[in-house]
Amino acid sequence: MRGIVGALLVGGLVIAAGVGLAGARVNPYVYFAGYVILQYVVIATAWNILGGYAGYVNFGTPAFFAMGAYTAVLLIKSLRAPLPVLIVAGGLVAGLLGLGIGYLTLRLRGTFFSIATLALSVVLQTVIINWEYVGGSRGLSVLRPAGPPFGSYVTFLFTVMVGLAVVAVLTARFIERSWIGRGLAALRDNEEAAECMGVPTLRLKLFATTVSGFLLGVAGAPFPYYVTFVEPNSAFALDYAVNALAMPMIGGTTSWIGPVIGAVLLGTAQQLATVTISSEMNLFIVGVVLVAFVVLAPEGILGLARRLRGR
Amino acid sequence: MAGALLEIDGVVKRFGGFTALNRVSLSVRAGERFGLIGPNGSGKTTLINCVAGSLRADEGRIVFDGIDVTRLPAHRRTRLGIARSFQIPRPFTSMSVRDNLGIPLEYAGHARGHTAAETAEILEAIGLGAKAHLRPDGLTQIEMRKLELARAMAARPKLLISDEAMAGLSSAEVDDILAILLRLNGQGITIIMIEHIMRAVMRFSERIVVLDAGERIAEGTPDEIVRNPAVEKAYLGE
Repeated sequence: MRGIVGALLVGGLVIAAGVGLAGARVNPYVYFAGYVILQYVVIATAWNILGGYAGYVNFGTPAFFAMGAYTAVLLIKSLRAPLPVLIVAGGLVAGLLGLGIGYLTLRLRGTFFSIATLALSVVLQTVIINWEYVGGSRGLSVLRPAGPPFGSYVTFLFTVMVGLAVVAVLTARFIERSWIGRGLAALRDNEEAAECMGVPTLRLKLFATTVSGFLLGVAGAPFPYYVTFVEPNSAFALDYAVNALAMPMIGGTTSWIGPVIGAVLLGTAQQLATVTISSEMNLFIVGVVLVAFVVLAPEGILGLARRLRGR
Repeated sequence: MAGALLEIDGVVKRFGGFTALNRVSLSVRAGERFGLIGPNGSGKTTLINCVAGSLRADEGRIVFDGIDVTRLPAHRRTRLGIARSFQIPRPFTSMSVRDNLGIPLEYAGHARGHTAAETAEILEAIGLGAKAHLRPDGLTQIEMRKLELARAMAARPKLLISDEAMAGLSSAEVDDILAILLRLNGQGITIIMIEHIMRAVMRFSERIVVLDAGERIAEGTPDEIVRNPAVEKAYLGE
């Protein structure tokens, strides 16, 4: 109980710091880049609930992210719905998609599950490309609402993303430390043994895929207002699939802090590379770092730290 | 049968065109030490997979403790009191020995969140007390088998199915496991032992059923089974 209060307190402080930074009027690029890094904190954390805790590797992150983004596009275009509605609706649609792939785990395990999620992303992108109302393959411009509650619209979105990141990380931390997290770890280690030890594996997997999907959708919902022009190639970008997997792997998949470390380090490196070298360097950096970690520190930075402390 | 804890009635299991179990019926009394033997491929593990819920029987009925469990998922059966150990140990590799026991205690043993004392007690009783903090990959073969049994015990079962818990162990180690199973039975737990080590099954069981090619070919006390010509034929051929 004390742990939860402490975590909420830290979460509150992070949000306060975010609001403080939003009011500090530093170079606007800081908010622009900060938004992307925070968005990756949400994505990496969400991915890790399924990939790290339950051991089901999802290559279809872009599908869930884009479900959030395109749900938002649809609601903006049809109803001019406010941002909180977009976030909740985007999360719900992606969560429903998560529930769907949860049932896939009944028949598909390991690599086959991963391939199915990859295919899901391709299928959904094709659907969106052929859906004229949300812009089709040409894309769609989105007008930001006039007059954000405070600051410029980018600093406002930055603050919103701080809040979403805190919510995502607190959710992951809560799951990890509860009986749900222990059950997920058991089924990750050996699904049949877990089931025979009384763990309701199907129900826990459905929970993990739904929560993971929900949070990925939440990360995507503010995306139309952030970029103001949504088209399938950017919403379904390969970057999301690769980063969602690489960040937790680099940070460490067994704890909530791993994806946060990975997202902040890798996200920052990518943003710096984009300004100093070229935007093409993004995936190159991820690739090199990921290979290095898989070979040298398969348990990520957390595992590395544990090993060093153990000596 | 009066006092039957487990009643298997006409269970059929097919894998494609192959019939692994053909109308197998048997019943196990509460508190009994029951041996299940048969040559390799005779359907022993398939039968207990159907009992524990890892497989669903195609036909027939399985009643445990008065409840029809034929269609229940495995985790529900575990909660009702059916626990098993695996032939090839399947520990939770990322967890310590202690946490391995925490899973069944929490999910099937009705001890949500307060597992420390019970874990220590089970590990002490089975002789793994000093290994509680280790990961399973640091255990020896026999310790791994003991962990399988300890984990099954942590589910607080009424019926424990021990699937070849002694295969590949030395003679002294077999006696060690045998002593543990006898002690658990003394505490009132019904035990089904599947085993190839005849010395162990014969010494342990009060009653034995023999399977061959998916069919039940004999039932009786160890003495009767040893003298049964059908059993001899199944094992040694004509």
